[in-house]
Amino acid sequence: MRRAVIAFTAFLGGLVFLLASPAWADGEALKGTLQNQGQPVNGVKISVAGEDGKPVGDATTGADGKWEVPVPEAGTYKVTLDQSTLPQGVALKLKDRATLNVQVYEGSERNVLFALAPAGQQGEAAPASSDSSSSFWDRVAQLTFEGFNLGLIIALAAMGLSLVFGTTGLTNFAHGELLTFGAMCAYFFNVILGVPLILAAVISVVIGGAFGYSQDRFFWGVLRKRGSSLVAMMIISIGLALFLRYVFLFFFGGEGAPFAEYNAQPGIQVGPISAAPKNFISMGIELAVLVFVGIALLKTRVGKAARAVADNPALAASSGINVDGVIRIIWTVGGAIASLAGVMLGLSQNVSFQMGFQILLLVFAGVTLGGLGTAFGALVGSIVVGLFIQLSTVVVPTELKTVGALLVLILVMLFRPQGILGRRERIG
Amino acid sequence: MDWNTILITTVKASIGLETVVYALAAIGINIQFGYAGLLNFGQAAFLGVAAYGMAVTVATFQLPFWLGILIGLAATIVLAFLLGIPTLRLRADYLAIVTIAAAEIVRLVFRSVKFSSVFGGSDGRQNFSGDFFAMNPYSPGTYGIGPISFNERVTWVLTVGWVLIAIACGLVYLLMKSPWGRVLKAIREDEDAVRSLGKNVFSYKMQALVLGGVVGCLGGFLFALGQASVQPDLFSTEFTFYAYTIVILGGAARVFSPVVGAAIFWVLLVFVGNTLSEAVSAGMLPSLFTVNNIGAVRFMLVGLGLMLLLIFRPQGIFGDKREIALDAR
Repeated sequence: MRRAVIAFTAFLGGLVFLLASPAWADGEALKGTLQNQGQPVNGVKISVAGEDGKPVGDATTGADGKWEVPVPEAGTYKVTLDQSTLPQGVALKLKDRATLNVQVYEGSERNVLFALAPAGQQGEAAPASSDSSSSFWDRVAQLTFEGFNLGLIIALAAMGLSLVFGTTGLTNFAHGELLTFGAMCAYFFNVILGVPLILAAVISVVIGGAFGYSQDRFFWGVLRKRGSSLVAMMIISIGLALFLRYVFLFFFGGEGAPFAEYNAQPGIQVGPISAAPKNFISMGIELAVLVFVGIALLKTRVGKAARAVADNPALAASSGINVDGVIRIIWTVGGAIASLAGVMLGLSQNVSFQMGFQILLLVFAGVTLGGLGTAFGALVGSIVVGLFIQLSTVVVPTELKTVGALLVLILVMLFRPQGILGRRERIG
Repeated sequence: MDWNTILITTVKASIGLETVVYALAAIGINIQFGYAGLLNFGQAAFLGVAAYGMAVTVATFQLPFWLGILIGLAATIVLAFLLGIPTLRLRADYLAIVTIAAAEIVRLVFRSVKFSSVFGGSDGRQNFSGDFFAMNPYSPGTYGIGPISFNERVTWVLTVGWVLIAIACGLVYLLMKSPWGRVLKAIREDEDAVRSLGKNVFSYKMQALVLGGVVGCLGGFLFALGQASVQPDLFSTEFTFYAYTIVILGGAARVFSPVVGAAIFWVLLVFVGNTLSEAVSAGMLPSLFTVNNIGAVRFMLVGLGLMLLLIFRPQGIFGDKREIALDAR
């Protein structure tokens, strides 16, 4: 998972830099911001040399982690981070990437990213250790663990999405924003108001449930009553997603930020797996919530009614189930567990306004793989997607692991469009 | 408040590069969604593979410009087949999910470090538009009326763009009047009925997907040439969503509505954006609004506008409510 986090942070960072750096800046330069888990790292020496190895200049990162080295002309430069100047407890993510070759274009400033990680945690990413077979299996075990971690977060989000689809037929593109909403709530209470994160998470789950409830009560339910068609509602959900995402951007800003607690936990070793304790605990919570929701779906009256409505709303209504009431409960629970998923996602990577949207496609992949409209299918599908994403990094570069998962989504359409647990008649 | 600048940029936006690119993308979506009822949420990918196909051919492999255009077109058609074959037999929302996923795949591959020797990573590709501007018949200078004028390069791009829009609109008009177009609209209304008349529905849908992609990809070429560079993040899924907003704003299944929709969309976006940022710097808004976050407001309005349009006027400005492919299938 932390691999994903770093790659993701780097990706987001790159995105932010792309937006932030005006292309018309005069003078070529190399610059960047050093961050470790969202915190700026200062006092690190970075030197720049020409392609022929002739030194061009050096810089030391400031209190905001920023550094900049002007270069005389466009061309290729070697940028070296002096690892001995890194503060205690911080190391390069990949030890052999202390020197980067970067291209500077005419008249533009080029951002250079060095991925940092807490010392002792970067080991899992080191590809150097994959020579012998035992360390290969260690890596597989580690990736399996990380895959479960990601899969469980996806599953939390997918349950709500799949049940909403099953009961109302709505393909909700705004479901990712429920996750972002949860993470933002927790961030607000945790960082701005100073509430402990665990309490903040509980509050945000409650608020997320209320958000889900009111979305159905005042928005989707009203639209259903007006007889809006499903395709119209799907596009409306895109409008809602855009709207919410930019509301988040407006209030939160474009850069990611971590919660106030549990940021740089030293990793612990359990068998072949090394991870921060927060990962084990959040996985435990996720698993407990999923099992709880699963049992509720199987054993309680409301749960049975929910599955009946998801299966066939008309038949459920005619056998005396209050379909609207069930749908509202599904929205409430779906919103609450999506909030939880958002908090967990924010814990393993930074909170940002795009986090929900970025995981939404993986959620769709999980839901489709498991079978649209089924609750347990979504669970199975999500975990398969999470595992697949992490395990695929054994063969494909980390930056392309999402591509693999999305390709699988397309292949599923080709060979088994109803998904693992879906039924044939839903798809035609 | 500098109303003069606001008005000039707004009027320029109504015929500017963004309007041209989005109009072409929206004409493509109109063929797919408006006439055939296909929910292609990956239009950005069609523009992306076309733009990159051309840029990579010229910039990376140093091959001629026209070969680049051909490769861009071929890449678009291949992408349409790749997306269409698994999904066109399934329900509408499957196509939506697959196309949006494909658009992300394309963008992630373009920006990956692994393939940066070909696609240039997140910096994209530059230095491919020389041949295009070498064909520029306009001599250096500015062209236009008073302050509403463009330099010779922009004028050339816009001329080509509006000619392509005119051709695309003419093509759509003729096609939709033809028997082929009537079958397409019939598929949108009732697929099973068309199938029972012995038409190959799958093949017609595929043709619509390819045609819409090809029209859209012309926008991709212009986007790349107009900016003289391609970057992966230009072709994000939000591009597609804005293009959908444009189609729905103008009214789906009308020949000129994507063009009018694009002009209105960009005029509103530029006008609101400029007015808000001027108002912020003039200190006329509460301190909650700053120079940094004011840009988000206009995109909030896009989302809000898309929702309100579909709730209260799904046929847009020119559309006919009976002709909108919004029924569930």
